[in-house]
Amino acid sequence: MEAGTPDLIKLEDLEAASGRLTGRKHVLSITTENKPGVLARIAGLFSRRGFNIDTLAVGPTEDPEIARFTLTVDGAVHPIDQVTKQLHKLVNVIKIRDMSPGETIAREMALFKVSAPIESRAEIMQFAEIFRGKIVDVSRRTLTIEVTGSADKIEAFERMIRPHGLIEMVRTGEVAIQRAKPEA
Amino acid sequence: MRAADALMEALKAEGVEHVFGIPGGANLPTYDAIYDADLTHVQARHEQGAGHMAEGYAKASGRVGVAMATSGPGATNLVTAVADAIMDSVPTVFVTGQVRTDLIGTDGFQEADVSGITLPIVKHSLMVKDPRQIPEYIHQAFHIASTGRPGPVLVDVPQDLSRADISYEPSTEPVELPGYKPSTEGNIKQIRIAAKALANSSRPVIYAGGGVINANASEELRELCLSDSFPVTCTLMGLGGFPGTHEQWLGMLGMHGTRTANYAMDEADLIVCVGARFDDRITGKLSEFAPRAKFVHIDIDPAEISKNVPAHIPIVGDAKQVLPKLTKEYRAIKADPSRLEPWWDRIRAWQRDYPLDHERSETGEIKPQAMVEAMYKVTDGDAIITSDVGQHQMWAAQYYNFDKPRRWINSGGLGTMGFGLPSAIGAQVACPDETVVCLAGDGSLVMTCQELATAVHHEIPVKVFLMNNGYFGMVRQWQELFWEKRYSSVEMGPSPDWEKLAEAFGAKGMRVDDAAEVEGAMRDALATEGPVLLDVRVAPHENCYPMIPAGSAARDMVGGPAPEADSSASRPGSA
Repeated sequence: MEAGTPDLIKLEDLEAASGRLTGRKHVLSITTENKPGVLARIAGLFSRRGFNIDTLAVGPTEDPEIARFTLTVDGAVHPIDQVTKQLHKLVNVIKIRDMSPGETIAREMALFKVSAPIESRAEIMQFAEIFRGKIVDVSRRTLTIEVTGSADKIEAFERMIRPHGLIEMVRTGEVAIQRAKPEA
Repeated sequence: MRAADALMEALKAEGVEHVFGIPGGANLPTYDAIYDADLTHVQARHEQGAGHMAEGYAKASGRVGVAMATSGPGATNLVTAVADAIMDSVPTVFVTGQVRTDLIGTDGFQEADVSGITLPIVKHSLMVKDPRQIPEYIHQAFHIASTGRPGPVLVDVPQDLSRADISYEPSTEPVELPGYKPSTEGNIKQIRIAAKALANSSRPVIYAGGGVINANASEELRELCLSDSFPVTCTLMGLGGFPGTHEQWLGMLGMHGTRTANYAMDEADLIVCVGARFDDRITGKLSEFAPRAKFVHIDIDPAEISKNVPAHIPIVGDAKQVLPKLTKEYRAIKADPSRLEPWWDRIRAWQRDYPLDHERSETGEIKPQAMVEAMYKVTDGDAIITSDVGQHQMWAAQYYNFDKPRRWINSGGLGTMGFGLPSAIGAQVACPDETVVCLAGDGSLVMTCQELATAVHHEIPVKVFLMNNGYFGMVRQWQELFWEKRYSSVEMGPSPDWEKLAEAFGAKGMRVDDAAEVEGAMRDALATEGPVLLDVRVAPHENCYPMIPAGSAARDMVGGPAPEADSSASRPGSA
């Protein structure tokens, strides 16, 4: 629809800009003023509008006045444009970036406490090595392994380790940053 | 300067002349500062009343309304008004007292986490942590409340901090907030596309809402509508945005709108929505709403666009800035006006077949619709009318043909019963030279009637015309129509003697129960100085028609005058 032509627009040709479901996971990177209560506002907005947060990570940025929320939302369930527009209405929210998968590095850290008796200990340590995990704690019966990577990688590791007896798992939720543009 | 005095200076720098509120322990310093401040404080009798007064003030004047309350119960009493203000986008600033900072979080006396309680219902809230923030936050609050899509901003001020000594110079610098930059201009490319779509449409409808009133854009809306013979309808909140006596006016749309307006929406090929939000009371069954239409959606709030109904041509901007551009672009196209003639033929047929009308009384019983018609007559259609929520509100919307903006003040989004009297007081304070009439319902008025004391105390001459049918009428209507006439707790039973109640408060009380005497009684009430309550005993079982039963499509409206066989060819969808 070029604005400059004198042709009338046929009504039938107009397409609605609807709150369509995108069908994929979205990583939203939200910068906010670093003020008390911002987390409550964001969390409250999600519950009030009936949106679900899949994961959430909050922390400071290079600028002490600014905090960053990295939030993943299922675009198969929620209209992402409504989610971002509503977030934008929060006065403390400065910028929202819907990180496109191709241009984003996303990482998550997880800690796994695994049952590891002598007979399976070697195998578990081998898995950890394959996933470039680190053994961060050890006891006579358990190993605690730290794994960092994409959510997929963490889920893959979980599948490998679970049959050995997963005692406890904790995940941080993804944090993401935009890839640097290749040098021109 | 004491921070509480700086608060007053900041209010004055924002142009505030009137505030509404009630003092208490936690806002003693604020009220001590009010004692010397050069502004008028209206002492409400309940904080909800103060909140609605601020809303009425804002809606009548277009300026920011200010209400104050103490901590704890004072603040929680404000909550309904805050929720009302967010739903109807009313520019308001609520200043609450909070317990001393060393008591916060200890369940101190009269402590309530009011900013937490109101988090989902404010446009923004500011909790003072440092006394220097008090005036700064007032300026921010006014900026946020009054710009973009207006709304309520709450400022919570701990008692000890407002006693601190700070330095403050009244600021005139524009407020800059990193995360808050409303876009107002509208994308010109989108506006051109909208103009072309209008020129190419043969069955357009302009559908305007409260955004037009908030933007003070009713003149600009008129210009657009008159740039061709575009049919116009408004939402409950938009009434007065386009003259209700104009030949291009279709009447209000939605649940109790006219059949003409709803049928026109149903058959339209292009709907231009200006400052409205496709609320469920407008659309009826969403999947069957305006099935043939493409949508142009003009709104200052991007989140409204495609929220309920997908917009084909979204335009984010202030109606006052966007509409003149759209009119200019449309005029430049020089579309053939005759293309709309068949459309108007169809609309005129609906207007002829389904007029907005009601049965006349033959017994002297007062029909509630006739009561509104009498109000219209005795006020020359030019009063500021506030209302409560229910049947009387819908009849007022239907039968008082609002010609001008800011004449119709009611609670649309939240539907707050008890809104009428306090908002009338606020409107009268904002517009001392206008006639302000509160059309009250008897179910509603009893919820906030204590504010009669405020009106008498401050000599605010509001006229309350009580449509007294002895019921929660709208609920009774729904129980009658949809719940097998099982009337559950809708009869008001032994209501107060309203005449005596008014007199007890020191107001003038009057009563009328004969249709022939209604106009005369209203004229007497209007001619009486000071606040008056006129108890009008209306027919108790009258239902409000036409209506779209909840969850039905607009074309399936029921009730009201219709031709013999209502399956006639002029029903929508049949052509």
